[in-house]
Amino acid sequence: MHELIEKVFFGAFDNAVLRRAEDSAVVEQGGTRLAFTVDSYVVSPLFFPGGDIGKLAVCGTVNDLCMVGARPQFLGVSFILEEGLSAEVLRTIAQSAGETAREAAVEIVCGDTKVVGKGAVDQAFVTTCGVGTVPSGVDISASNARPGDKIILSGSLGDHEIAILSAREGLPFSGNVASDCAPLSGAVAALLAEGTPVHALRDPTRGGLASALNEIARLSNVAMEIHESAIPVRPEVAEACEILGFDPLYLANEGKFVAFVSAEHADAALGRLRAVGCAAQAAIIGEVAGHGLPHVTLITSVGGRRIVDVAAGTQLPRIC
Amino acid sequence: MFQFRDKERIGALSKALEGMVTRPMKFMEVCGTHTVSFFRFGLRSLVPDRLSLLSGPGCPVCVTPQREIRKAFHLAQQDGVILATFGDMIRVPVDSSSLEKQRAVGAHVRVVTSALEALDMARGNADKKVVFFAVGFETTAPTVAQAILHAAGERLSNFFILCAHKLIPPAMRALLDGGEVRVDGFMCPGHVSAIIGSAAYEEISARYSVPCVISGFEPLDMLETLVMLVEMAARGEARVRNQYRRVVKPQGNRVALESMGEVFDVKDAEWRGLGMIPASGLGLKDGFAGFDAENEFDLKQVDGGEEENKGCRCGDVLRGALAPEECPLFGVACTPSTPLGPCMVSSEGTCGAHYRYRTARDE
Amino acid sequence: MCLGIPARIVKIEGDTATVSYGSLSGRASISLVPDVRVGDYIIIHAGFGIEKLEPADAEETLRVLREIGEVR
Repeated sequence: MHELIEKVFFGAFDNAVLRRAEDSAVVEQGGTRLAFTVDSYVVSPLFFPGGDIGKLAVCGTVNDLCMVGARPQFLGVSFILEEGLSAEVLRTIAQSAGETAREAAVEIVCGDTKVVGKGAVDQAFVTTCGVGTVPSGVDISASNARPGDKIILSGSLGDHEIAILSAREGLPFSGNVASDCAPLSGAVAALLAEGTPVHALRDPTRGGLASALNEIARLSNVAMEIHESAIPVRPEVAEACEILGFDPLYLANEGKFVAFVSAEHADAALGRLRAVGCAAQAAIIGEVAGHGLPHVTLITSVGGRRIVDVAAGTQLPRIC
Repeated sequence: MFQFRDKERIGALSKALEGMVTRPMKFMEVCGTHTVSFFRFGLRSLVPDRLSLLSGPGCPVCVTPQREIRKAFHLAQQDGVILATFGDMIRVPVDSSSLEKQRAVGAHVRVVTSALEALDMARGNADKKVVFFAVGFETTAPTVAQAILHAAGERLSNFFILCAHKLIPPAMRALLDGGEVRVDGFMCPGHVSAIIGSAAYEEISARYSVPCVISGFEPLDMLETLVMLVEMAARGEARVRNQYRRVVKPQGNRVALESMGEVFDVKDAEWRGLGMIPASGLGLKDGFAGFDAENEFDLKQVDGGEEENKGCRCGDVLRGALAPEECPLFGVACTPSTPLGPCMVSSEGTCGAHYRYRTARDE
Repeated sequence: MCLGIPARIVKIEGDTATVSYGSLSGRASISLVPDVRVGDYIIIHAGFGIEKLEPADAEETLRVLREIGEVR
């Protein structure tokens, strides 16, 4: 995928903003910094414990804007629908998107709908673009993490991916796992309050926390260390990982972020975060050790050490 | 289960090992799950440098020959056929492709977590032929035997297996016969042993004069096993001991062994990277020939073909003769996202585990 | 090669058991471990119970480990 982006896309339309590869593009327009992003949502099944594609399509884009410190303001939503999709299903998805947008204090101001033949898409695909403004004094970038920074994770890992998997048939377990899909604007606002220097922010979606941390390590050129025992994982998710042979560090999340905050401000930031619903389990999970030789080291729950690498692809259930 | 991850106890065992290992010692495990567990918990950083734990051919992903995977590709491409497989196999690289890549261009590949799930697929799709890619060792073979017995009882005519099961003790013997690998002892696979019994290793231990300890998979299990192996190696003692007493019995699981015996015959089998090992694989008995994909489909046309990528040293790695880091392709051309050989695919392969879970001091 | 997880048997129907992993529940065939009863722990691999887990032996192992740690 990385190669595809590099060779084909950057090859065709390269520019400095695109190259920065942040969760949203930040462009300057007449003294204001605008954040702009676009994302597509192809989740299957459309409905899962804790959400649906409508909610996801709003949260995902709102969160990408939050990750550059922007206040999300406007969304555009485009639906590609499979012929024969039930009107009831569509109505539910649309309602869900509307409710989530209201909750996130954003307005959906433009949109598009296309209907394509049976089989051309899997029921419904949604693409959402979003725009917001970045307040002055906020300088967040994946290349800004610094030695000494504390790493704050806003909550438990893996809830979304396990919820999706449990909604699909053929899994050898069942339980009470809901996706963590949620807009992060409130939590990020709490983090940034009182002029707290937040250097980097990422939401660990596809590829999980491992990929997000590795990206920051690479772009900021730093080595970091995290503690497995500090990372919140719900018992249901931990068990699902044991059964399927998964590693929670690689599971997708849709309502979490990891923040790099200067050490002196970390405890206060954590306190404010924990008062926000979706970040009640927030924890300091590690720190940036130094410059050079970018990598992520994990101190395991039993006191061992190992490197955490990027994901090599989606995890698949193993017998071995 | 989580008491077997107690940090204090593990620290104590780690310290104990430090004092016990007074000369370089090499042990080998023959189980992909041990490979993963050892690396995932960072146990490599908790055992003395003088102690190395080699990974042998204990990973079905690594040892299933390319020809079997080519047969799976072929089956998945046939109209009206569904190839059901464990997730482990889906990224194994063969001929610059994989079951996952084949699926992306239309092949009918479905990931299942049990042979019974494949059986259900057959029951629910009478117009399709479901072929289950039966890989795995003695732990998995009885589960597949049960699926076959169900299918036979129900007279299902659209359920088949592509049988690629292998047996661990013959591979251990072949490695030791080969003389290439000098190990001070074996960490034996806990769940294979739950089926075949701890007594299954007595002959190997005696004939090759090598200590064998059957090990559980928790960090505490593996460290206790290493303590037991080091003790025996230091004393020059060659016995079989059972660390996984809470699950493994000397006689194994009689019902599982009987199921296997009812459905399968032992036959010679090819191991990817190791070549032909006599009496090391399973094939369906004549009475169940109707469930054999080899009989239902013409697979001769896909048999054979080029073996490994040039430069791929997986065979040497699987035999314990080469450490992953010693392979010139390791981490350079061959990485988890661009695996050139089976050992790098997913975290159960030796190279995959070494790469994904390396310690910081390897940097 | 054998991911096998301990689970407690909660209900038995024929040769299928409903099991609890703690917070999650699941189903597994017990055709390979026909003597199990509700309340027993089994190791589950590829949808089948492959052997019973003996709590007494588990306790014993933990006790021995405690001692190894202390003595040295």
